[in-house]
Amino acid sequence: MRRRMMAMTLVTFVSLAVMLPGVASAEGESVTSTIRYDDPESGEELPAVGVAITVTDANGEIVAETATDDEGTFLVELPGPGEYSVLLDPDTLPEGVVLRSPDRNPAVVTVQEGQAGRTIFATTSGEGGGGGGGGGITARQVAQLTWEGLKLGLFIAMMAIGLSLIFGTTGLVNFAHGEMIGWGMLVAYLFNFYGVAGFVGFMHDLPAPLGAGINLILATMIAIAGGAALGWSLDRFIFAPLRRRGVTLISQMVVTIGLSLVLRYLFLFAFGGVPRFFRDYTAQSAVSLGLVEITPKDMFAAALSITVLVGVGLFLLLTRMGKAMRAVADNRDLAESSGIDVQRVIRFVWTIGGALAALGGVLLGLSEQVSWNIGFRTLLLVFAGVILGGLGTAFGALVGSVIVGVGIQVSTLFIPPELKNVGALVVLILVLIVRPQGILGRKERVG
Amino acid sequence: MLFAAIDWGFIFDQTLTQVFGLNAAVYAIAAIGLNVHFGYAGLLNFGQVGFVAMGAYGMGLSITLWELHPLLAVLGGMVFATIFALLLGVPTLRLRADYLAIVTIAAAEIVRLMARSTALRSVTRGAEGLNEFIGPFREYNPFNPSRAYGIGLVDYRGSEFFAIVIGWGVAILAVLLVWTLMRSPWGRVVKAIREDEDAALALGKNAYWYKMQALILGGVIGGFAGMVDAIGKATVQPDFFVAPLTFFFWLVLILGGVGKVWAPIIGSMIYWGLITFVQNLGRQLVDQGIVPTSVMDPSQVDQIRFWIVGATLALLMVFRPQGIFGSKEEMALDAR
Repeated sequence: MRRRMMAMTLVTFVSLAVMLPGVASAEGESVTSTIRYDDPESGEELPAVGVAITVTDANGEIVAETATDDEGTFLVELPGPGEYSVLLDPDTLPEGVVLRSPDRNPAVVTVQEGQAGRTIFATTSGEGGGGGGGGGITARQVAQLTWEGLKLGLFIAMMAIGLSLIFGTTGLVNFAHGEMIGWGMLVAYLFNFYGVAGFVGFMHDLPAPLGAGINLILATMIAIAGGAALGWSLDRFIFAPLRRRGVTLISQMVVTIGLSLVLRYLFLFAFGGVPRFFRDYTAQSAVSLGLVEITPKDMFAAALSITVLVGVGLFLLLTRMGKAMRAVADNRDLAESSGIDVQRVIRFVWTIGGALAALGGVLLGLSEQVSWNIGFRTLLLVFAGVILGGLGTAFGALVGSVIVGVGIQVSTLFIPPELKNVGALVVLILVLIVRPQGILGRKERVG
Repeated sequence: MLFAAIDWGFIFDQTLTQVFGLNAAVYAIAAIGLNVHFGYAGLLNFGQVGFVAMGAYGMGLSITLWELHPLLAVLGGMVFATIFALLLGVPTLRLRADYLAIVTIAAAEIVRLMARSTALRSVTRGAEGLNEFIGPFREYNPFNPSRAYGIGLVDYRGSEFFAIVIGWGVAILAVLLVWTLMRSPWGRVVKAIREDEDAALALGKNAYWYKMQALILGGVIGGFAGMVDAIGKATVQPDFFVAPLTFFFWLVLILGGVGKVWAPIIGSMIYWGLITFVQNLGRQLVDQGIVPTSVMDPSQVDQIRFWIVGATLALLMVFRPQGIFGSKEEMALDAR
């Protein structure tokens, strides 16, 4: 079952990779943009001269390196239609000027045949955009970053619960959890753009949902199912047999590492190195709610995460399976001797862990961007959340993740945004020194 | 004939060159350090690449920033690796083995992010990396940089040959050091802690401190891998130190056999032979159009190695954890 599924999805991904680069090289494709900024002193709008721009194609090969001219404009001739990424070197911007959304750098442009692709790099000088300390910190900034952090924390929590429960029930730290996140994101992307036709090549010309992409909400549901299927299969075909063979935990951990490498680089092979965005709900304007500005998609994503997390919490507290899961995590031998089918519980934990990771991945992709290695980058934050909350506890993972999310975003008031994840690790190390069992963990869990 | 267009001579030449080349020496040294960690002390280090980076940056910065003598710069690399070991060891060595694994994998990635960050650009030169430290080393190169030096069937340029000689020299010295240490009373305590920490504690041994020493020793050896690589390539690039590199070292170690002194050297040669052969064959298959570009384009050939490493690592761990030369009894596989 799993093998067939893997083969099928592999085929899909391969066809996806093949379809994306331009079909035939027509004449005159280019990408262009003009970068301007507000002079902090005079408030006058000026062109940003000499800003370094690097354009790379879908394979990550550099097409051109250039700089903006006296009008702040750059124009790069492209070899053909397709998807390109335009990277702006923020260091070459005028003094005190930063990009308004550094997350959108590099910008991804899809250039049609014979067209000139455009990108927009909005700049901001002085306040906003995060970064670098200096200047006063406004309540508005704090509120906005707290909201962003809360959102990130909720996403991390969704991924962390699975990781923590898998550790709790089996003792295994799953280093392939990041790939379960990436898997969800990419399955959703695949269906969002290519629909069912992604699976069967000849259906391209049929109407949606067969030939064309389907709405992201439907695609997300498929991604959740795909995540559950991946989690289920990993346990059914890899980790359950390993446990039966008596393969030790450290060996299993190295197996998860191997698995994560294979999966991650299959993602790169299929998806390519350039980050992209989902087709729906990408450009939304923010609604102002008092101190914070929130896009509708973010509000929906946060509400959905809270609903799901509350649902998982109630499930753990109220249902028989939930109680069994907590019992196994608490004391496996005792649970087994009181008649709980431990292997079944573990299979279930892997399945919902996979589903939650997939949903978290989609929401992360929606709020940031879709990329092949976002899973691994996020995994480090998930680890920080899980350890902060207490490895092996479901509710600890939730609390820890939200703290990590808020901490990361708010820290950008004081440190450069590119170093925000460093803060998460520092917290992780401090927690291990001061309270290794985490906020909600119990002391005897730790050797 | 489908394979008639393949230039087998070229592939074998490349493969042999890599088997004895700079990369094999660097990987061997890093894996020797990992062998001290995992093979002898039972420490689960998933961030060896962080130590390698610390060694390289420690040495490079000693020259670019503080303008030290090359030998002192090597000392600088060792100091950087030691500090990194202390940072990781203090919070984790009292805890279960998997905490060290999590913290090391995260810390190694953090080192890379810090090194390439624009905030530290004035020190580490961001993504460009360090490029101006090689001058003082070149003065000591006894080989003619523009001449080719051959050993048997393969030859290397003089500039590279210098680093290769240093590299294999360091690798052999490290092996001898580890061999001596592990036969000493110190080594027996370290192995005893790996086998049964409680028993060692009951005998009055300070397990925490012994583990810390092993972490530092293996980390400094890892740091030497970074220094040799930097001298050989005349540059320190932050993005060389990506997380998967650690697991290439792991594969090298496990291939050879965990806990066997010479295993990392043999493992590294096998690894580089295998990978170079497969990559070159793959590249030619794609270039000749035998594998159509709709299936795989030339830039994707380099990704093959990650699949091979991941799959081999997982399969070896399950079916032959002792590798080629190791023995299962010598492996600390129980999480404590």
